[in-house]
Amino acid sequence: MVLELQKPRPVWQIMFSTHHTDVGYLYTITGLTFLFMAGVLAMIIRTHLFFPGQGVLISDSATFNRIFTVHGLTMLFLFALPVANGIGNILVPIMVRYKDMAYPKLNAIAFWMNPVGGALLWLGFADTTWVSYAPYSIIRAPGPAADMFIFGMKILGISSILSSINFVVTILKCKHPDLPLRRVPLFAWSMLTVSLMTIVAMPTYAAALIMMLTDRLGISGFFNPFAGGDPIAYLHLFWFTFHPEVYIFLLPAIGMMYEIIPRFSRKPLYSQASGVFAFVMLGIIGFASWGHHMYSTGMDFTTKVVFMIGTLAAVPASGMHVFNFLATMWGGRIKFAAPMKFAVGGIALFFSAGAGGVLNSAMPLDFISHGTYWVVGHMHLFLTGTIGFGFVAMVYYMFPYITGRMYSEKWANVHFIGMFWGTVQVFFTQHLLGLEGMPRRIYDYPPEFTSWTQLNQIASVGAWILGASFAVFLASLIYYSAKGKPANMDDPWGLGGKYYYPVAAKNPHGGHSGY
Amino acid sequence: MGHDTAEWVFVAIVIAVLIYVGVDSWIVQKAVEDVPADAEVIKVTGQQWFWSFEHADGTKEISTLHVKKGHAYVFEIYSRDVMHSFNIPDWVVFEDAVPGHTNHAWFAPDTAGTYPIQCREYCGLLHYNMRGSLVVEDDKS
Ligand code: HEM
Ligand SMILES: [Cu+2]
Ligand SMILES: [Cu+2]
Repeated sequence: MVLELQKPRPVWQIMFSTHHTDVGYLYTITGLTFLFMAGVLAMIIRTHLFFPGQGVLISDSATFNRIFTVHGLTMLFLFALPVANGIGNILVPIMVRYKDMAYPKLNAIAFWMNPVGGALLWLGFADTTWVSYAPYSIIRAPGPAADMFIFGMKILGISSILSSINFVVTILKCKHPDLPLRRVPLFAWSMLTVSLMTIVAMPTYAAALIMMLTDRLGISGFFNPFAGGDPIAYLHLFWFTFHPEVYIFLLPAIGMMYEIIPRFSRKPLYSQASGVFAFVMLGIIGFASWGHHMYSTGMDFTTKVVFMIGTLAAVPASGMHVFNFLATMWGGRIKFAAPMKFAVGGIALFFSAGAGGVLNSAMPLDFISHGTYWVVGHMHLFLTGTIGFGFVAMVYYMFPYITGRMYSEKWANVHFIGMFWGTVQVFFTQHLLGLEGMPRRIYDYPPEFTSWTQLNQIASVGAWILGASFAVFLASLIYYSAKGKPANMDDPWGLGGKYYYPVAAKNPHGGHSGY
Repeated sequence: MGHDTAEWVFVAIVIAVLIYVGVDSWIVQKAVEDVPADAEVIKVTGQQWFWSFEHADGTKEISTLHVKKGHAYVFEIYSRDVMHSFNIPDWVVFEDAVPGHTNHAWFAPDTAGTYPIQCREYCGLLHYNMRGSLVVEDDKS
């Protein structure tokens, strides 16, 4: 990988660079910054919900609604997407043996749209929820917050289309001619899949946003039933983009696990072909299930059945990844250093999240879970449990290569235990809250509902543990990048054998690559 | 067993489980959506931020709904402003109230008592407090 931060450079040199590793750092650091900002919002929400009926920390529902909206938007579009793009920027050109991304300037432009979009979302602080269903977002959501949300999302959407085009061209066109596509490492395959999915899915939402804007301005009435439109149309357009988008969030994290698992198992990957197959399958079938978010909107029976089948059909592909990971680890000499711990923890949570997803997609069960805390638990098991764990694993994995120093295995372990424990305690408990019937997105609940109170308090304590583990993470990232022991760059974890380090391009401006 | 066989067996098991889930859901959902012919219609209207009800005989109620034990009822669900979702968790009554659409849900309560009614789709400021109650009374007639 790259050693550039080892020789300190003025920060503007990184900021105004178009080199793929620099843009990658910018993406990753921006993403992690937003992670901590949105994490603070989550802590405020969970602490508030610990005390029913008292208005602790947040004294009115308007503020509460804004906080959870911005929390969700930030985690998805300013943390998950940028970090995936950041790691992708650093690794993909190396993996396809090209000197940079295909369009370096476009790459930098796509990155710089993120702080702009992020500023709009945070300065607006809308209360539309991340799904911003019509007609609330049109006839009731207060401006200018909702309008700033529309423009912010517009900018982030365009950014994500631009960077996707860049990844597709880099991988398909700039790949070294000696490297057959099927041998391209699976992380690059994951980026290729999600980039193609973005290009297909995102324009629909971009159109819906413009329609929402003109509806808000009173020029049109696409989604406004009081002007002849239909809110259900918005839901279709939204979920046509955003069910595929959940796989766009997920697959890069799976790709990162494919980098880590074989290396720390000291064994070759079980099957490259089945990994590629599973990515491509998910990329296609992911488009056949958006309606599972709309079972209760009055959808007729046949339509529900079709979308249920579409949803279930995507599950075997996820299962194949789990199998691939387990089969790779099977019989390996596993070294449980931090990256491996987080990757394996992430796989365990991935499995349980997937099982919960299957229950959601069963129509009758969804009438119990939809719109409750069950769904909050479900998506967070994926977003924190799988994507968060995958990203954190990757950050520890890249740490010595980027900084030239070693993090502390002891503190990483503290982080791991706290994060795993916290994730299980918050999000499993939220599933139970859903079964108890607690709706999501509520500012307060009646204190006399004792089972809600107890479960909420358990979840809040879990959230504090999770938050504390991230404080450890942040502190050790900062401390050990300056004060850590110099890493053994040939083999930071003492795994033995160069074989396990395919990413050997330590000097991005002319070194060799191990692929 | 060879490597590839193991993977095929695994995938086959996953698919079998999924087929079971799918078929079972189909059967249950089909049964659930079969509204009894004698069900009495109750019109339910959601608006920011309360529920109102209109019985077949024209009586109107706000927030609290009275029904009789042992009868079947079908809800006709409307919204006057934004999306809401009509929900009686204890009786698994749940369907969105969408402006411009009429949605249906039905139930036949068989135990008397008082049960919470709530809104399960975000609808703005007082969404959290869009609560009501269902009173199931013994049928004395
Ligand atoms: C095995 C794969 C999966 C299945 C079968 C599945 C199924 C479902 C279903 C049926 C729902 C609708 C629940 C409801 O609102 O009633 C849902 C919601 C959701 N899922 Fe998944 N899911 C899967 C994977 C994922 C992944 C990988 C992610 C994210 C990375 C994800 C994120 C979400 C989100 C964010 C929602 C809720 C959206 C909202 O209403 O705000 N899911 N999932
Ligand atoms: Cu979905
Ligand atoms: Cu509501």
